[in-house]
Amino acid sequence: MNPQFQLLPEQASTTAVHVDHLSIYLMVVAMFFSTLIFALIFVFAIKYRRRSEHERTTEITRALPLEITWTVVPFLLMMVMFGWGASVFFEMSRPPDDAMNIYVVGKQWMWKTQHLEGQREINELHVPLGRPVRLTMTSEDVIHSFYMPAFRVKFDVLPGRYTTAWFNPTKPGKYHLFCAEYCGTLHSGMIGWIYVMEPAEYERWLAGGTGAESLASNGQKLFEYLACANCHRTDKPGRCPNLTGLFGTPVTLTTGQKVMADESYIRESILHPGAKIVAGYQDIMPTFQGLVSEEDLLQLIEYIKSLSKQPSMAAPTLGALPPGLQKRGTTAGPAPRAQQKKNP
Amino acid sequence: MITATAETAENYLTHEYGVKSWLLTQDHKRIALLYLASISFFFFLGGIFATVIRLELLTPPGDLVSSQTYNKLFTLHGVIMVFLFLIPSIPATLGNFLVPLMIGAKDLAFPKLNLLSWYLLMAGGILVLYAMLIGGVDTGWTFYVPFSTSYANTYVILTAVGIFIIGFSSILTGLNFIVTIHRMRAPGLTWFRLPLFIWAIYATSLIQVLGTPVLAVTLLLVAAERGLHLGIFDPALGGDPVLFQHLFWFYSHPAVYIMVLPGMGVISELVSVFSRKKVFGYKFVAFSSVAIAVLGFLVWGHHMFVSSQSVYASMVFSLLSFLVAVPSAIKVFNWTATLYKGSISYDTPMLYAFGFIGLFTIGGLTGTFLATLGFDVHVTDTYFVVAHFHYIMVGGTLMAYLGGMHYWWPKMTGRMYPEGWAKLSALVVFLGFNLTFFPQFIMGYLGMPRRYHAYPEEFQVYHVLSTAGASVLAVGYLIPAFYFIWSLRYGQIAPANPWNATGLEWQTTSPPPPENFEITPVVTYEAYDYTILEEMTVG
Repeated sequence: MNPQFQLLPEQASTTAVHVDHLSIYLMVVAMFFSTLIFALIFVFAIKYRRRSEHERTTEITRALPLEITWTVVPFLLMMVMFGWGASVFFEMSRPPDDAMNIYVVGKQWMWKTQHLEGQREINELHVPLGRPVRLTMTSEDVIHSFYMPAFRVKFDVLPGRYTTAWFNPTKPGKYHLFCAEYCGTLHSGMIGWIYVMEPAEYERWLAGGTGAESLASNGQKLFEYLACANCHRTDKPGRCPNLTGLFGTPVTLTTGQKVMADESYIRESILHPGAKIVAGYQDIMPTFQGLVSEEDLLQLIEYIKSLSKQPSMAAPTLGALPPGLQKRGTTAGPAPRAQQKKNP
Repeated sequence: MITATAETAENYLTHEYGVKSWLLTQDHKRIALLYLASISFFFFLGGIFATVIRLELLTPPGDLVSSQTYNKLFTLHGVIMVFLFLIPSIPATLGNFLVPLMIGAKDLAFPKLNLLSWYLLMAGGILVLYAMLIGGVDTGWTFYVPFSTSYANTYVILTAVGIFIIGFSSILTGLNFIVTIHRMRAPGLTWFRLPLFIWAIYATSLIQVLGTPVLAVTLLLVAAERGLHLGIFDPALGGDPVLFQHLFWFYSHPAVYIMVLPGMGVISELVSVFSRKKVFGYKFVAFSSVAIAVLGFLVWGHHMFVSSQSVYASMVFSLLSFLVAVPSAIKVFNWTATLYKGSISYDTPMLYAFGFIGLFTIGGLTGTFLATLGFDVHVTDTYFVVAHFHYIMVGGTLMAYLGGMHYWWPKMTGRMYPEGWAKLSALVVFLGFNLTFFPQFIMGYLGMPRRYHAYPEEFQVYHVLSTAGASVLAVGYLIPAFYFIWSLRYGQIAPANPWNATGLEWQTTSPPPPENFEITPVVTYEAYDYTILEEMTVG
């Protein structure tokens, strides 16, 4: 990065364009009112300067029309700000359905990112150009905030829950990644780079990894290692709910309440199994708190996702699955169906 | 009613002598001076921290102090400036001195409580300073959890207890003002004859009384989680970190209005006197203070647009934040309109008032930027926010405070300040301020995060400008410190009413007698009625 003089930040995502257009409106309104006020003060101060010590002034009557004008006009202009800002924000908070998923784990003081294909990065994130990317983020310790100024995207990363952010990069390049929520001693060292690559280049990058297994495949190993399959059976009714086809569907609880089986629900069910009991089952699952890390949880979630028929899961960016998963799929495993589906 | 005899022998400064007569005084005017001395000390201490911060940021790598030290510096700068300077600044000094004088009362309703408030501020302040000396605190003045409760290795509980105690000082001061303004107005001084400064102080007091207990509870919960490991905020203990942010900002956003409303009150007085006109739209300005106090309690969620609060909650908070901007805009327009066909003099307090209106306008407008959801996501937690709130707190409150100090200095001390030096320093402060903080808006939009000890090179040019501005600003603040002290001995003797102002405080001697008024004044006219003043002078 050349330390060159910049007045405006790089504009490298679809969101950035929308935010910058909004900024122009805000700037115009602000320039208008500040110029108006400064000019009036300046003119009045000169024109009505005190010329003698015994000057008398006259009061202005009929104040009401003025008062109404300068209440209503700014109010209306601000309602435009509100509406416009809210619509940009609404778009920011709704990732497109076809977005590719990338997981982010923040910790003092580094960013760990994981691609579904298994590639892991530290303080770096490689993404393909022109494809929406959805970040599912959590923290191992304190609150952080994932901030990519060139994309005008920022969202807090909290311990104990998942937050999401998304962006669609429009310009290849290397962009700043900052932690924007103060997180302790080396807060200003919790920075990194986002690399936006041409899609073909990105695929080469993905393939050139160290032969890491996909997240789902790692999740499957963990699932076996933790002996989850002893109860969560897929072949016949077990003591615990069948997880096949679970993700993204509503679950009825013993209380009669319905909840969506999303990332947070699965996370909670692993760490606090008693919090939400599925109707027809008993509170017998032990907690896995302390046994699984945040990254393990993401892998388990990805495995459970792979057991369902999520369209985004059916279309991974790479045609071929990493060899590890293929091998696993042939030996044993509770989810042959899902793997066949993923294996073209 | 004018009893201006400059040669009155007995005044509140001379009728008693000795340390005891100050430390045990129940005179609101003396207590105001105690506050003035203490908060001036805290201001310069906070200013020293700011200076080191700006020097560190002159170059991109963190090379002057360590990261840990840097984090402690900005934390202490924030804690001291917010809790020990800005919040007590105008209410506790000017407010304490002026509320009884302006309403024609002998003292506040509860003089002993008033003295206790000062002792509480000092006790809390000493705890914060003690925590600083034995190692400091590095959580930021916002004490975000779970960092503050489970991760920070610094003196969080001690500092929190200090702020807890300071909070009671604030609550009791507010309570005292509310009762005083309700019960002790001079005969004939109806609500709509009150100076607008009193309206502003009244609205501020409401926030202090209603908001500060929430901060106290929040800090106790932080201490309970940190000290006793009760799971309240930390998810690892079963708590909710966003709950902390709701509680913290439920106080700390209204606290912004605790800091700026009194400043607005001062500006209403200054604009009127130095253009010799009644404040345009008196009732609009008066009620806008109350509107700000009420609406200010409903907008805290705008600090949390990217914190994972629900999208719809964010939308409601955004909408309400725009509503609170309306009364602020009303004030700015009314002050400007007051100048129209006025008789405008350029005395130092008026220069500060001009500065306030300009800088507050920029601060307020950029506030509406931040209330705009889609924009806020990009700039929240960047230097854009830092620039915005310094435009409000320093460009607004501090300018008003300095303007007010110059305006009422003759009344408080019986001496005039040197006008030439004062005008020079007002100009230096204005230029230095803008050079310090305007580049931070650009830097923030470029993406420079706040609370960074080291930063990428492309931001350096703006940091250099900012540090250069800070040096100018520091000079601008030091000059008044010198000439105010100088004037105590060498300043011209002040007449009772050097500005030809209408307020009751100008109808007693400078400095006032211990009981403020020899005869309780009777008020038969509205505030800022300069024709009455002429008639009285003639008569």
